[in-house]
Amino acid sequence: MMNFTLNGKVVSVDAEGDMPLLWALRDMLGMTGTKYGCGMALCGACTVHLDGQAVRACTLPMSLVQGKKVTTIEGLAVDASHPVQQAWKEHNVPQCGYCQSGQMMSAAALLAKHPNPDDNTIDEQMQGNICRCGTYPRIKAAIKTAAKLGGKS
Amino acid sequence: MSQIANVSRRQFLKITGMGATGLVLGGLLPGFRPAWAKAGDAVSELNLFVSIGSDDLVHIICHRSEMGQGIRTGLPQVVADELMADWQKVQVVQGLANAEYGSQNTDGSRSVRRFYQIMREMGASARAMLEQAAANQWQVPLEEVQARDHQVWHQKSGRSLRFGELAEAAAGLTPPAKDQLKLKSPDDFNYIGKDVPIVDMPAILSGQTVFGQDVQLPDMLYASIERTPVVGANVKSVDNSAALKVKGVVDTFVMPEQSEPVLFKPLPGVAVLATNSWAAMQGRKQLRIEWTDSTHSQHDSDAYLDVLKGRVKQQGKVIRSIGDAYAGMMNAVDTFEAGYSVPYLIHAPMEPPAATAVFKDGTCEIWACTQTPQSTQQNVAGALGIEPDKVKVNVTLLGGGFGRKSKPDFSVEAAILAKQTGKPVKVSWSREDEIRHGYYHAAAAMHFAAGMDDTGRVVSWLQRTAFPSISWTFNGTSDEPSGSELDLGFGDLPFALDNLSCEVQKAEAHLRIGWVRSVSNIQHGFAIGSFVDELAHKLDRRPRELWLELLGSDRLVDPEPEGFKYGNYGESKAVFPIDTARIKGVLNLVADKAGVDKPTAKNEAWGLSVHRSFVSYVAVATKVRVDGNKVQVLEMHSAIDAGTVVNPDRVRSQMEGAMIFGLSLAMMGEISVKDGAVVQSNFHDYPLLRINQSPQIHSYIVESSQAPGGVGEPGVPPVAASLCNAIFRAGGKRIRDLPISKHMQV
Repeated sequence: MMNFTLNGKVVSVDAEGDMPLLWALRDMLGMTGTKYGCGMALCGACTVHLDGQAVRACTLPMSLVQGKKVTTIEGLAVDASHPVQQAWKEHNVPQCGYCQSGQMMSAAALLAKHPNPDDNTIDEQMQGNICRCGTYPRIKAAIKTAAKLGGKS
Repeated sequence: MSQIANVSRRQFLKITGMGATGLVLGGLLPGFRPAWAKAGDAVSELNLFVSIGSDDLVHIICHRSEMGQGIRTGLPQVVADELMADWQKVQVVQGLANAEYGSQNTDGSRSVRRFYQIMREMGASARAMLEQAAANQWQVPLEEVQARDHQVWHQKSGRSLRFGELAEAAAGLTPPAKDQLKLKSPDDFNYIGKDVPIVDMPAILSGQTVFGQDVQLPDMLYASIERTPVVGANVKSVDNSAALKVKGVVDTFVMPEQSEPVLFKPLPGVAVLATNSWAAMQGRKQLRIEWTDSTHSQHDSDAYLDVLKGRVKQQGKVIRSIGDAYAGMMNAVDTFEAGYSVPYLIHAPMEPPAATAVFKDGTCEIWACTQTPQSTQQNVAGALGIEPDKVKVNVTLLGGGFGRKSKPDFSVEAAILAKQTGKPVKVSWSREDEIRHGYYHAAAAMHFAAGMDDTGRVVSWLQRTAFPSISWTFNGTSDEPSGSELDLGFGDLPFALDNLSCEVQKAEAHLRIGWVRSVSNIQHGFAIGSFVDELAHKLDRRPRELWLELLGSDRLVDPEPEGFKYGNYGESKAVFPIDTARIKGVLNLVADKAGVDKPTAKNEAWGLSVHRSFVSYVAVATKVRVDGNKVQVLEMHSAIDAGTVVNPDRVRSQMEGAMIFGLSLAMMGEISVKDGAVVQSNFHDYPLLRINQSPQIHSYIVESSQAPGGVGEPGVPPVAASLCNAIFRAGGKRIRDLPISKHMQV
């Protein structure tokens, strides 16, 4: 059994140590907000926070999750009140929405490290997240808005 | 013409799976025959529904698939506006597959253009019936009552009744005749034309959305399928012993053999069924499969494209002509010619295809991220040997579609496995599956020539195209582009020319060929847009000036008298003509807004292109910087004339997305094939544009009261040409063979 803290609650799953966190979350814990996009840490759709760091759940083996704290989109904030979620709403960022869990988790981790990121920092920190719908211009704008909202809270 | 009719609650329940109270209205729609319908099939007509409950809630059925274009918001917006409903009390219900809706194929950029009018009529009918019910109850003349803010008001007495209080009585009334129907004046629209936020926003923000990949049922098995690497090959033998030893693997199953035509049949292969996705994937790696030979096992995309390039240098089958293009070339003082090519491409939606199926007591229920629920229903029924009405298809949200999810092969896979195992089965495609086993955008070669007189005026124009046809997917025999593909930016060339010859050349198919966002407009928009720019350079003219000259006077172009039977995206030529004034309108708008005629910094330049597709008009200006062999896209401006626009914010988002989709394919998009098998497999070798490559994007919408045109696809075709034109003018190479990454650093 693997034990870890998921969105503030201790959970245990009967997963092999080599199973990536993504599949434990989705198939065993029913947490489908974290998405599969590539399975090779190339697209960022599966981004979650591991002890506060943005990681790709599709390549993170459960053996490295044991005893750690995991936050997924479902646990980012109560009532979608995180500055990133508010800013995403304000800019009508999503199109299909599939990659947006990962985008928001990456953005939240970015803002935790860089409260006022410039364009280069955003490019650098967000280039691991692909959006096929092409919401990048709005993601950039929303991250700047979230930075302002974050500053106020 | 459409009609509104009262619909029984039993019928509503049957079609929507939803109980209804109060007023239920349906609209009869003109039928539409899908491309794969058999000749002789009756064209179906169907109903759309609005219901108003005694609880005041308005339910509006969205029978089209949501894949990011915002249709679950747009169509209900139209109904709610005419209904005078309060948007906060509107709930959108996703329609199940049902032929009574008519076509549910969410493709061809047609949801708003096909359903705008009927949705207005639906809302207006419901409003009229609620008003009549109120007038009856108050015993006052109908003229004295008025619907507003989800209530009906009697101004004189100050009385009002909520929609919910009137719904039951309204349901007993006869809907107004079409000629009695009063539609709102556009000046009074309160939702149409407004930036209403998408209805799925709260669920997306909190990770609560259900896409095809997210469906979970009790006791469900997860399937991962190893499919034939070469189209036409079947499983010769399989050793599953190692696969079965993987913890969590329950069973393996050899998928049915297939022959051509490939249609929407699942590819042959071996499925591994397990208690979770990871186990299924691990088990699949342990399969040892031998495949039979295929006639396509020699296919090599580079060699194939070279053959097509050779063919388009030769005279082909003429599909449209004006004057005598060959004589025109002979008599020309100067001529110029160039060839262009676009490789195979794949959709790569962020969500790869996924479907879940349950088979029980001779009936099948499917949950799938499908653009075509009815085709899913028919193909599943066919594969299982049951009637279509024994197949219930639930449409989940789509994590992108772009045409991939118009093909229901993945739902058929899930249905076959559910029947085989007697358990719920989810088939999830991996990224590798999606890239290697898709329905590909056809590789294409084109050749262009122009002849000029002594004043530099273009007097003769010759264009040829060759690419494997989507028709082959359906009949297994087509070996040249079909009319419906030549409609897409080739036979509809809108230039004013004395001499023109549009020709096609042969191209056999070796892969499953399918629709990708904007379809053949991709290659034709690239080639025509590039050739005009090359001509402008040769003639030392400003590109905009040459475009305007070639487009000629303001007029409506009809290719029909010139021998080309033009389908016009299935639309009336009277309502949606090829209007050169509108082409010129978007071109001038974008050129002026972007400032393409102003001087640019060293190594920087603008590129321009314009294209009509899906009965809408889009021009794009792209600014790049070229440093040595490196290209950086700095800025893009687009202008769209799509007639009446329902949700401007979603139109802008589609245009932003189309710019990025176009950049991805132009800069890096290439599927190559060796020994019949696709070489690429994931985002490392089929890269998509990332945020650090994404330019500033500005979108302009032409204000118009014309009928609504397409929006999802028309933004894509001008992008590649505008980009390549900019690169050349900034001192880079002239790119005639996409992608740019083969020639320059992107």
